[in-house]
Amino acid sequence: MQFSSLLFVQLPAFLSNLTNPSGPTPIVASSPSIVTSSASTMAAEAPKVAVAPLEKYMLPPLPYKYHELEPYISEQIMKLHHDKHHRAYVDKLNAAMEAHVKALAVSDVKAQIELQQAIKFNGGGHINHALFWPSLCPPGLLASEPNSAPLLIEALTAQFGSFDAFKERFKVLLLALQGSGWGWLVKTQRNVLELRTTKDQDPVTDDVSVILGIDMWEHAYYLQYWNDKASYVDGIWNIINWELLEARYDGTAAPTAL
Amino acid sequence: MPFITRVVRPTARVVSVRGLANSAVRQKHTLPELKYGYAELEPFISGRIMELHYTKHHQTYVNSLNEAEEKYAAAVHANDVQAQINLQPLLKFHGGGHINHTLFWENLAPKSAGGGEPPSGELSKAIEKNWGDLANFKKTFNGYLAGIQGSGWSWLVKNKELGELEIISLPNQDPVVGKYVPIMGIDAWEHAYYLQYENRKAEYFGAVWDVINWKTAVERYSKA
Repeated sequence: MQFSSLLFVQLPAFLSNLTNPSGPTPIVASSPSIVTSSASTMAAEAPKVAVAPLEKYMLPPLPYKYHELEPYISEQIMKLHHDKHHRAYVDKLNAAMEAHVKALAVSDVKAQIELQQAIKFNGGGHINHALFWPSLCPPGLLASEPNSAPLLIEALTAQFGSFDAFKERFKVLLLALQGSGWGWLVKTQRNVLELRTTKDQDPVTDDVSVILGIDMWEHAYYLQYWNDKASYVDGIWNIINWELLEARYDGTAAPTAL
Repeated sequence: MPFITRVVRPTARVVSVRGLANSAVRQKHTLPELKYGYAELEPFISGRIMELHYTKHHQTYVNSLNEAEEKYAAAVHANDVQAQINLQPLLKFHGGGHINHTLFWENLAPKSAGGGEPPSGELSKAIEKNWGDLANFKKTFNGYLAGIQGSGWSWLVKNKELGELEIISLPNQDPVVGKYVPIMGIDAWEHAYYLQYENRKAEYFGAVWDVINWKTAVERYSKA
């Protein structure tokens, strides 16, 4: 979806100065403060340029019905998690992005910096959940069988000793999270599989491929498992979409739509 | 009531700290007594939430703190600094969880026991000085609670350096330490409200004031 009107940004003043031989030429590299003050005084005279229209982020539809992950994740949890929690991240991300474009348009750096945390938290929430939903699937489907991911299982076995040892290592890591966060299985550029966690909604942003993320926020399991998060982790292995994980591992998965 | 309930547990092996001739008898942390029934904070906080929160969550912090302290004592005994440093996050998390929940249970009370009755005396004056009135204080405090991104707590504290009241938020189970003295805290972890309020945490933040025990806060402020 597009915003109804195009948004404009001011061409930075130091760029317009380059076309104005009579104006001062700021020394960009050694004196950034001059550029900043010059930008604010010159802003009114600078020509406007159109930037690409802002796309709104959308709540992705679930690839299964809310009740279909039962008995491992209840329908009520899935409804709240997808329709309330994920939707709130999407809505707040869109609001933050809209505010950011406005701040950019008036070269308000302070406002842009202030928005960074809202973009990180809500953008992270959107990215993480968008990765999470398709990595799950109803139990009993062929995709839920680990042998739907022969290459990945082979690599996990080689690296962790056995498939069970991998699950145990991941579980220890997930249960040790102190507060809200996510556990991740990623593949590095050198094809090494790595387990890690991120806090709150921090997304994985470095140069690795996410194979699987598991949501360890209490809202992901509390209505069904209460404080027994170990049972939630044990149960989730029955509803992993190994077909997709294999495609993420061998690089053939379509990029996650945001 | 002591800040943290301890029972003396004589240890089989006396832990001696290097350079100290005297021995220290280590004490085990225990769950503090809850001064009201689980259901007595209803309808603002459900009995089921209170029961799980106290008997499962707080108990786990207590058990894990005792475990961490035991390991820490062994690391001290073995003169293993690396192991001690490695244990610090566990001590902070579970120790913080124990401290925070102990403070929290004390600063809650059923309506029949004065829960929700506004503060009096010096604390009341100090709140009015900073926030105008109690309603505006609560609104500001709820803004802090709503702004927590993940798990955490918001606190009314006294800043010892400035002698002023402040509202602060701390992540996860980080306890109030240093220049701040805790006066009153509200748990914003999802386990504190989710069974009753689900994702509608603003409703929980609105309701919890009806069971805030301001008498405890007044007492803490008078000693801060």
